Amino acid sequence: MFYRNQISESKFENFLCTFALEKQFIFMSQKVLLNETEVHIALHRLACHLIENHDTFQDTVLIGLQPRGAFLANRLKSILETDYKIKSIKLGYLDITFFRDDFRRGDKTLEANKTNIDFLVEDKKVVLIDDVLYTGRSIRAALTAIQSFGRPSGVELLTLIDRRFSRHLPIQPDYRGRQVDAINEEKVKVCWKENEGEDAVYLVS
Amino acid sequence: MSELSVKHLLGIKYLTPADIHLIFETADHFKEVINRSIKKVPSLRDITIANLFFENSTRTRLSFELAEKRLSADVVNFSAASSSVKKGETLIDTVNNILSMKVDMVVMRHPNPGAGVFLSKHINASIINAGDGAHEHPTQALLDCYSIRERLGDVAGKKVVIVGDILHSRVALSNIFALQLLGAKVKVCGPKTLIPKYIEKLGVEVESDLRKALEWCDVANMLRVQNERMEISYFPSVREYTQQFGVNKALLDSLKKEIVIMHPGPINRGVEITSDVADSKQSIILHQVENGVAIRMAIIYLLASKIKHHES
Repeated sequence: MFYRNQISESKFENFLCTFALEKQFIFMSQKVLLNETEVHIALHRLACHLIENHDTFQDTVLIGLQPRGAFLANRLKSILETDYKIKSIKLGYLDITFFRDDFRRGDKTLEANKTNIDFLVEDKKVVLIDDVLYTGRSIRAALTAIQSFGRPSGVELLTLIDRRFSRHLPIQPDYRGRQVDAINEEKVKVCWKENEGEDAVYLVS
Repeated sequence: MSELSVKHLLGIKYLTPADIHLIFETADHFKEVINRSIKKVPSLRDITIANLFFENSTRTRLSFELAEKRLSADVVNFSAASSSVKKGETLIDTVNNILSMKVDMVVMRHPNPGAGVFLSKHINASIINAGDGAHEHPTQALLDCYSIRERLGDVAGKKVVIVGDILHSRVALSNIFALQLLGAKVKVCGPKTLIPKYIEKLGVEVESDLRKALEWCDVANMLRVQNERMEISYFPSVREYTQQFGVNKALLDSLKKEIVIMHPGPINRGVEITSDVADSKQSIILHQVENGVAIRMAIIYLLASKIKHHES
């Protein structure tokens, strides 16, 4: 090989490893499900769909599920406020860790995130927001957790990605960005500019 | 680092700084939970906890029981005064009898130092030490440090003086360990007779002048004079103790800076601190009590998550 003549063997291996890690083509493959434009179109469609059902958002509160649903909830709030001129949207963040059904089932201690809901949900229409709907167990936990803050008049579910054929519980979204067929070994990864530096959705296998 | 390095909470000396930070971060979340309109989470609904109190307690016992119930654990209470201990049953027998009723965790207060450590070698359940004689009272030290962190932003670099009966105090020993692990400087202040002989070996300075100690510190933790543990006279009279080691409003106001006043309770009003000091803005005594529930929820939650489901 050309390189081996010029640089030492270990350096060559190093180079190969870095290259492989950067491109991720040896260890795992990932396919783009939604690119930046498609994510933005989906977000605007979801926002419009919310407006159809909630009009001025007078009695509606948005609840982003921690940790990943918070990014989506923030985006939707800013789109609703800046692009569709809806004022003072109430947004809270709900952490469901203490309501999960797999406590003591795994090897790791379940680590909590911050909950921040500084309004009452009593008699409000609650929209739960998460990035990916998979088994439905997180949403089950969220439905229990939200009751600690009062009795909502109704609860809806919005997710950017709905993974079909993978539900463990009878839970379906009211608003979905994109429906995806993925087998269990595959992972759907939602990236946000705020976090990963780009807006995109990948299927990792 | 997302789990505790220990299976039991027997004392602060078995913990690492990372453990304490994890407990504090978890307690932050539980503090939010106990301020909700429904102050309960279902995490521990399949865990049973026995509170074994071989010595009297109001605050600690209530605090543990509330913490356990807010985590949805099943709770059984036991106090030595009304039990078979009086008939001569040994500690291991008592506990094993309770454990055979399928208890996962034991919270124990005992008059003998090391009772928790001894028990941990003989039984399988997780043990939380709620005070063992004059040895350790880890949950109190953790809630004290948590309250300092809440009021002053951080514990590292802060100067804390512990005033009063250091000799008989498990709160003092656990506090010294915890504060030092978190990077605070510690002094103790009290009558010579109530300062243990080799306390400097722990890296603690001794100050006999209360005013000097208060001028130096950011936080003063005022311990109770434990009359029930004193068989002999350690100081001439309560009045003399109060004159030398009691904090009153005039003394507090004459200091150059505003210091934080803490007390583990129960207060002897007019002895260690006067009522106007206990009820002043500088006192965080009631915050300590509130934080106690959040801290104990965090400890129970973190220890319970180490009891694997298939084992129980």
